[in-house]
Amino acid sequence: MNKILIDLKNINKSFDGQMVLDDLNLYIRENEFLTLLGPSGCGKTTTLRILGGFEMPDTGKVIFDGADITKLPPNKRQLNTVFQKYALFTHMTIAENIAFGLRIKNKSKSYIDDKIKYALKLVNLEGYEKRMPDSLSGGQQQRIAIARAIVNEPKVLLLDEPLGALDLKLRQDMQYELIRLKNELGITFIYVTHDQEEALTMSDTIVVMNQGYIQQIGTPEKIYNEPENAFIADFIGDSNIISSTMIEDKLVDILGTRFPCVDTGFGCNKPVDVVIRPEDVILSDPDRGRINGVVTHLIFKGVHYEMEVMAAGYEWLVHSTSMFPVGTKVGINVDPFNIQIMNKPASEDEEAVGINE
Amino acid sequence: MNKKKLLGTPYFIWSTLFILIPLGIVFYYGLTDESGAFTLNNVMAISSPGHAKSLWISLGLSLVSTLICLFLAYPLAMILCSGDHSLQTGFLSSKSNAAHKNIIVLIFILPMWMNFLLRTLAWQTLLEKTGVINNILAFLHLPALKIINTPYAIILGMVYNFLPFMVLPVYNSLIKIDPNVIHAARDLGANEFQVFTKITLPLTTPGIISGITMVFIPALTTFLISKLLGGGKILLIGNVIEEEFTQASNWHLGSGLSIVLMMFIIFNMVVSAVFDKDGKGGTL
Repeated sequence: MNKILIDLKNINKSFDGQMVLDDLNLYIRENEFLTLLGPSGCGKTTTLRILGGFEMPDTGKVIFDGADITKLPPNKRQLNTVFQKYALFTHMTIAENIAFGLRIKNKSKSYIDDKIKYALKLVNLEGYEKRMPDSLSGGQQQRIAIARAIVNEPKVLLLDEPLGALDLKLRQDMQYELIRLKNELGITFIYVTHDQEEALTMSDTIVVMNQGYIQQIGTPEKIYNEPENAFIADFIGDSNIISSTMIEDKLVDILGTRFPCVDTGFGCNKPVDVVIRPEDVILSDPDRGRINGVVTHLIFKGVHYEMEVMAAGYEWLVHSTSMFPVGTKVGINVDPFNIQIMNKPASEDEEAVGINE
Repeated sequence: MNKKKLLGTPYFIWSTLFILIPLGIVFYYGLTDESGAFTLNNVMAISSPGHAKSLWISLGLSLVSTLICLFLAYPLAMILCSGDHSLQTGFLSSKSNAAHKNIIVLIFILPMWMNFLLRTLAWQTLLEKTGVINNILAFLHLPALKIINTPYAIILGMVYNFLPFMVLPVYNSLIKIDPNVIHAARDLGANEFQVFTKITLPLTTPGIISGITMVFIPALTTFLISKLLGGGKILLIGNVIEEEFTQASNWHLGSGLSIVLMMFIIFNMVVSAVFDKDGKGGTL
């Protein structure tokens, strides 16, 4: 494990009496690709701005490499930011944009020229030195914004929804590009997005946030397969979230039918939420599954078919490579290890944000 | 004739009748003598000592007024923008901030609700030897202010009347700057002074240039401010031209001098066009 580079301690922040971050604690390791993921207004951008020095927390500390940098202005911090919508200097050429930080630091001309060449090569835009930012496409401008940040050799690169303004194809290309860049540079990336697919693709660690609270921290696999509550399950990918009862260890009552599962320690006859991913619902001939149902919707999605199955009063979302026409009677089965048991939300706060996102 | 051109017809007729034809008449008078023969004497008359002096005073006072306007307007525009920028950072700025901004705008717009002539007359009353200001100063046993009928009073009148025309374009160019561009510069190591000189100032240059044009031209051509606050002692080129038309009835000379003044205005506009190639300073 790499050592801890950034430590956010008990961060509180409110705007006009509205709580945005509530006692946030988070550490970030060296050379980690960490993503702050959540819906708009969850506090992820504010967290990033506190790291960048553009906002001051009301209380709490930002520790960077062992030193308290809470009150340090942005220009004194060893991290650089790639902003939403690029924020390039439109009155300067690409080369001048990239050189900006280095010129402020009074680096020599030959050093700056080398760095410009190196950075443009790194983002695959060699020969663009003399162009103006306005003459570049969105994707190219974003690469320049990245180049402008990394020539300063920051220890940490903060990325604020950098791909938000790009179209789907370009976004996917840039995701691979960012992973490559991170590996080549060997520095920490802190990435803010509301796009769960982006987060799953690129991150080492995902921090799911909602309403100023951290909901779960974990690897993409962990977050996807073992969401800790209904909000995360719903926010990360599609899922069936069913209110159920835990009968005993390794046995859960879902919609009146008993399903074996692998979770333990929830107690007996305890109300819980069950998460079943649509790709984990196995359809079979009627009476060969645990519950019988009828297919009500069918959509071809390319990789798979998306179906809705009405069974035991619940509309099950199902992804399957085999097709069952609308009206077909089917049986539903779920492997025990694909049933994820979660505690019911403890507070009303959590409840309120629940599943409507 | 296509539809767009058709829609332009009323303005075309208007500008022909009231701009192009009068302009032609000015040129006709300016380039002929009483007998109607072509001459450059009316234009060259600018080099006579009296006229040249008026022109220099006009240029000098307009320039000083324009600079004062710029130094007053830029910080004001920055204050007006700072309220708006916090709106763009993702979280709504407080209502008090918005109210604060509205009051500043009101204070600045308020004088414009009064007539130009009235405003200038008011300054005359205020500044007079036995005017309001001097009465107050006398009451406080302070020395009297003697700026009426001096160039200072004229500059004051110019700044007072034309300041809004500087604030507007500067504000417009400031408000267009994405706050993240400022943040990016800070992020890359620039301190606040460097952000101003390397980012804010260059990005607002078109606004500054267009503000300078909008203040300098009316200041250069005014005759009312100098008449009311200069007490007829200080003749600006505008006063000279006015006198040629109204008192001396020498339309030829008046037109000739107008042509000279026009050259200065055109020169100013060419300069601003060079600086503002993209039309980013477009204001009104």
